[in-house]
Amino acid sequence: MDLLEINFAVLVASLIVASTPLVLAALGELVVEKSGVLNLGVEGMMIIGAVSGFIVGVETGSAYIGMIAAAIAGALLSLLFAFIVLIMQANQVASGLALTIFGLGLAALMGHPYTGIKSPQIQTISIPFLSDLPIIGQMFFQHDLIVYLSLIAVFGVWYFLSRMRLGLVLRAVGEDHDVAHSLGYRVISIRFLAITFGGAMAGVGGGYLSLVRVPQWTEGMTAGAGWIALALVVFSGWRPGRLLIGAYIFGGITILQLNLQAIGVNINIAILSMAPYLATILALVLISSSGLHGTRGAPGCLGKSFVKTV
Amino acid sequence: MMNDLSSQSENILLQCSAINKEFSGVKANSNVSITVGKSQIHALLGENGAGKSTLVKIIYGLLQPDSGTMRFSDAEYAPKSPKDARELGVGMVFQHFSLFEPLSAFDNILLGLDKNIDVKSLREEVKTLSESYGLEVNLSSYIGDLSAGERQRVEIIRALLQKPKLLIMDEPTSVLTPFECEKLFKTLKKLASEGTSILYISHKLKEISFLCDTASVLRKGELIGEYDPKKMTAKALGELMVGQTLSQPKRPSATKKKNRVLSVSMAEVKPDTQFGVTLKNINFDVHQSEILGLGGVAGNGQEELMQLITGERIDRSIDIKYLDSNIQLLNPHKRRELGMAFAPEERLGHSAVGSLSLSENSLITDPKKRFQTNLGFIDFDELRNYTESVIEKFNVKTTGAQAVASSLSGGNLQKFVVGREVGQRPSLLVVNQPTWGVDALSAANIREAIVEIANSGAAVILISQDLDELLEISNKVAFLTNGLLSIPTETKNIKSSEIGALMGGLRAGETI
Repeated sequence: MDLLEINFAVLVASLIVASTPLVLAALGELVVEKSGVLNLGVEGMMIIGAVSGFIVGVETGSAYIGMIAAAIAGALLSLLFAFIVLIMQANQVASGLALTIFGLGLAALMGHPYTGIKSPQIQTISIPFLSDLPIIGQMFFQHDLIVYLSLIAVFGVWYFLSRMRLGLVLRAVGEDHDVAHSLGYRVISIRFLAITFGGAMAGVGGGYLSLVRVPQWTEGMTAGAGWIALALVVFSGWRPGRLLIGAYIFGGITILQLNLQAIGVNINIAILSMAPYLATILALVLISSSGLHGTRGAPGCLGKSFVKTV
Repeated sequence: MMNDLSSQSENILLQCSAINKEFSGVKANSNVSITVGKSQIHALLGENGAGKSTLVKIIYGLLQPDSGTMRFSDAEYAPKSPKDARELGVGMVFQHFSLFEPLSAFDNILLGLDKNIDVKSLREEVKTLSESYGLEVNLSSYIGDLSAGERQRVEIIRALLQKPKLLIMDEPTSVLTPFECEKLFKTLKKLASEGTSILYISHKLKEISFLCDTASVLRKGELIGEYDPKKMTAKALGELMVGQTLSQPKRPSATKKKNRVLSVSMAEVKPDTQFGVTLKNINFDVHQSEILGLGGVAGNGQEELMQLITGERIDRSIDIKYLDSNIQLLNPHKRRELGMAFAPEERLGHSAVGSLSLSENSLITDPKKRFQTNLGFIDFDELRNYTESVIEKFNVKTTGAQAVASSLSGGNLQKFVVGREVGQRPSLLVVNQPTWGVDALSAANIREAIVEIANSGAAVILISQDLDELLEISNKVAFLTNGLLSIPTETKNIKSSEIGALMGGLRAGETI
């Protein structure tokens, strides 16, 4: 057992890969929650994305087409949720949970013939010059397209929410839908778009799991990643930058414990596997007890149904 | 004839003809026609539920009329949404501000505009507007940290940026201090003098005769008529509005020496919330058959003081005696059992549970266990009778005792809460803002009930922002300013010139 056996650069590179599904799914959910909707169906949308992406990827032989299919599948499932909670005005928590259960079941059914097949490869894109840098190059600049896109998406969501007028409107809808409605903003339409975006992002996150991270299809392969993504949104205080850090911490611990298992550290494997989840709980407890931001970033209308009253 | 019409229409900005609007069988507006002239401040007077809000919502495009037509600036006018209305030159400032509390004042202004405009030039424009109309506001502060007056200024700025020809103000003074009201009136008069018409909704008659050129009176959805408020007494206008004569309650006659019911004394109590007020050196007594009025602008410690009196907050350091026994450690329910009754300001969440029916709300504030049989079962007949008697006596508009509290409008729920507390025949009644948002007739009823219970021997603490109300029915008044309470003074000895100074924190007699 030697801690030095762990290659630091490889560790960082693989933690980024491990975290990317979380970054994608959580970022989508952040936008959904900012618009005032709580979608607990992230896990379901991720696994549907994972299975659809995998199937299309295998059938077409292109991981990229698979990714696009994953996004569409996630978005389609989220449309079902949007219809139930926005048009039928059902309870968001119950509907979200149902979406997860439905997604897990449907994915198992769809994916059954594809168990054990290998997925098409996705190429890594080495950024010229930067990827040649020692250590840092290997850590950050030799990844696949999706990783770079996820980072751009983090910046994009931040810019959208804090700098753009439409982002301000979306936040306003999430803070107080009655006021937004009285000002003439279309609450339902904006939430529809936000939910669809969230679904597509969760789908891509799932697709990344089955096409790149694992890369194969096994039933229930998301293994709670959707729930971690939901926790990350709260952890981040609804801020994209912190969300990225949170996702990388979680991913980092996941990778670290795998490495520790591999080199045979004398800690019970059960405890090591628990570590990322424990860390998440710990982070959430610390944040809510420190009063640093806690629920202060939470949108005012989160989880509330909008009923048009004049 | 043609000439006549055209010369008339030159001075007309908005004309609503025979507007009808029905909500599930209830006529909110029936055949209402009003005409607002250019540069006119036009009052829309009426009780809660008279149809004022429905009418302005139709004008602002939030609702569409069932029938009837409107003309605005010499053109057909039928806005499908507030956006349409704003584009055509109608702005509106709501009674319940349509502001987002967690966002900054500037973001709120930005959200009120329909077009994407340059942020820098917008800042400039807002600055000039606020300077020329006396609408000072710190643009970077969060709405949640602003006073009601400042919030309203944000709303007005937002409306004015659209350069409206018609500005609708929905009960603008209901949340303002007298000083803020005066400021608002100046702003409105200046706007009108520069050509903006103002449709001013209110049920406060004094300000209407001071401010407005014309008043249209609505009652039960129908237009009663158009009057010149400067030529009519407030009382006459009020009676038109209500359709019956208004009684003016007199304060209880406290002649003989009466027993002390409650005495409160505290040196310093720090708030338990971040934005609370520290109460300092508060000492007062209240006796039988006496109404003690506690005035001052909301947010100066009223809420904190109320919580200490009701027992929602327990503080060992204060000295609070009820009928000479110490009650500082008793919780609200225990205090109620002793004969105290409370009607806090916040209707949903403090004085009533929104999701419970009115009957159930009577049951949970039943200290004397009137609605229980000896075995501890609920006596539903008694409970329903009591609830229905409150509903009837205080003219609460609701479908019945089984209606859930949150289905009532704020004013109606307030009537119910005050009625419920008064009906318990307490020895001490503490009410906070009893007539806030309640129409004139119901407000008179509530005041009458308060006076009546004082006359029957109860002590009353009346916390109110409404100066007229305090001077009208309380025997003594004291003012809360920044957590300090002025020495209670006999109401009849107070000169109106002293009140401003008392509210500003001076003691009676210390006036400049």
